Amino acid sequence: MATTELAEQVHHTDGHGDHHGDHPSFLAHHFDTPEQQYDSSKLGMWLFLVTEVLFFSGLFCAYALFRYLRPEVFEGCSEFLNTKLGAINTGVLLFSSLTMAWAVRCAQLEQHKTLVGMLGATLSCALIFLGVKAIEYSHKFGLGLVPPGFLPDDKLDYDPAHLLHGNSTLYLVWMSVPFAVILLGLVIWYIVALTGRNKVHLRMAGPLVVAFACYFVGIGLGMILESGEGHHEESHASVAAVGGEHAEAGHVDGAHANDHASTTEGGEDHAAADAAAAGTAHADVASSAAASGSPASAAVVPPVPAENPGIEARKKVLEQQEKMAEGGVAKTSAGVVAAVEAPQKLVFDKKTAGVFFGIYYCMTGIHAIHIIAGIIVLTWLVVRSAREEFKRQYFGPVDNVGLYWHIVDLIWIYLFPLLYLIR
Amino acid sequence: MALHSTSGAHGHDPHDFAHPFPVWGLLAVFFVLVFLTIATVAQSRFDFGSYEVLVTMVIATIKASLVVLFFMHMAFEKSYNALIFVSSLLFVSLFLGFTLMDSQTTKETFEVKSAADQ
Repeated sequence: MATTELAEQVHHTDGHGDHHGDHPSFLAHHFDTPEQQYDSSKLGMWLFLVTEVLFFSGLFCAYALFRYLRPEVFEGCSEFLNTKLGAINTGVLLFSSLTMAWAVRCAQLEQHKTLVGMLGATLSCALIFLGVKAIEYSHKFGLGLVPPGFLPDDKLDYDPAHLLHGNSTLYLVWMSVPFAVILLGLVIWYIVALTGRNKVHLRMAGPLVVAFACYFVGIGLGMILESGEGHHEESHASVAAVGGEHAEAGHVDGAHANDHASTTEGGEDHAAADAAAAGTAHADVASSAAASGSPASAAVVPPVPAENPGIEARKKVLEQQEKMAEGGVAKTSAGVVAAVEAPQKLVFDKKTAGVFFGIYYCMTGIHAIHIIAGIIVLTWLVVRSAREEFKRQYFGPVDNVGLYWHIVDLIWIYLFPLLYLIR
Repeated sequence: MALHSTSGAHGHDPHDFAHPFPVWGLLAVFFVLVFLTIATVAQSRFDFGSYEVLVTMVIATIKASLVVLFFMHMAFEKSYNALIFVSSLLFVSLFLGFTLMDSQTTKETFEVKSAADQ
């Protein structure tokens, strides 16, 4: 497909009434043929995508480095990420990639109405994604798991015994305000177009109203799934809290580590660590440890529950502390410190869990910013396609936005297993 | 002498350069991607030990290749664009490779010394 068919192209008429001499109006004057214009814009887009890939690779490099250095922190903190919501987001983005590729096909075949529909569907998926993301973020902010730059006292404000759920709704409301305002504006535009019988505006406003309403669909979806996960998280939290309690009890009695005796009590704790019984289990264990007072039962270490592998690190620390308390010399390995408060600090301070959440918020946050930029560009495309500006020889904008959107989806395809599916 | 019209009649203009992807192809790729996503979530339930990350990355790379080759039309495009994209992956691998290699050369200086050492 040579692009130097100048002579034929100059004299070619293709039935359009909007020529300026030889050039159809969609052909910029510095290009000779529509195909040359298309190829040039495509090349520019691929070069931009290369910069995007390299940009995200920096974040992936940070991830790779810190995960390599602190695998237990990543495994433990990954428990806070809701796999179901992440999987839903992945499915939604994959579907949006399908509708985007289909939209490109529609533009190439001049199927204008379907094109607007497909672009609207892509937009809706993007906004569902953002809605689910808003639920995830507000839920974490409510728990005190904020980006490490905002940490008071350099410590994560996460207290397993007192999960703060009240604030998350406030954060969610603040995050949703811009979307609600935009939706309101779009509904007003739609009504104005309806009453003014402006068909073109109706074709634009309709899909946009549906799309921005889908943000709240995403919120609803997230709420349904997050409440199912809430109990699961509280059971983790109570197990972690029970582990902390045992550490203090062990130090007070200073007795032998007795893992065999711990299985019955550990088993009881594990079973009791369900959402409803969290508070009472905490109290029961403390009273039983204090009441018995005997060396055999005092220093108990709970068994590692299957759902929270991050507690393995804490268990190692407790065992090493026991050895040191008996007068033994523990081999210094990563994370062993003599102070009793260390196990609590070990996971939830800026240098450990803070690193994980810093990386998490950076990667998903920057990805979400890219989604927002994609939404802006897709809205522009909806407006243009409603005006039927794309033709068989001029579909570059749709194609290029499609490329951008697929890269955004690609990044998420890698993000999802790396952040959400760590064992 | 209009060789094609805009009203939807599909006359074949020799200057058309678009190759629209068939709908069945789009749907097929989509369903394979969904299947692979389910596979990824399912494999996280099993313990592959040290191969965990590798298996995950292999599945993710297969999905990424499908998206790039078909949804982004790389399989049907001018190979110059493909060359540019693949070269970016080369640079990413250099970046990650050298950085991770370099991280091996320093000792773990981030740990708090225990009381025994002080």
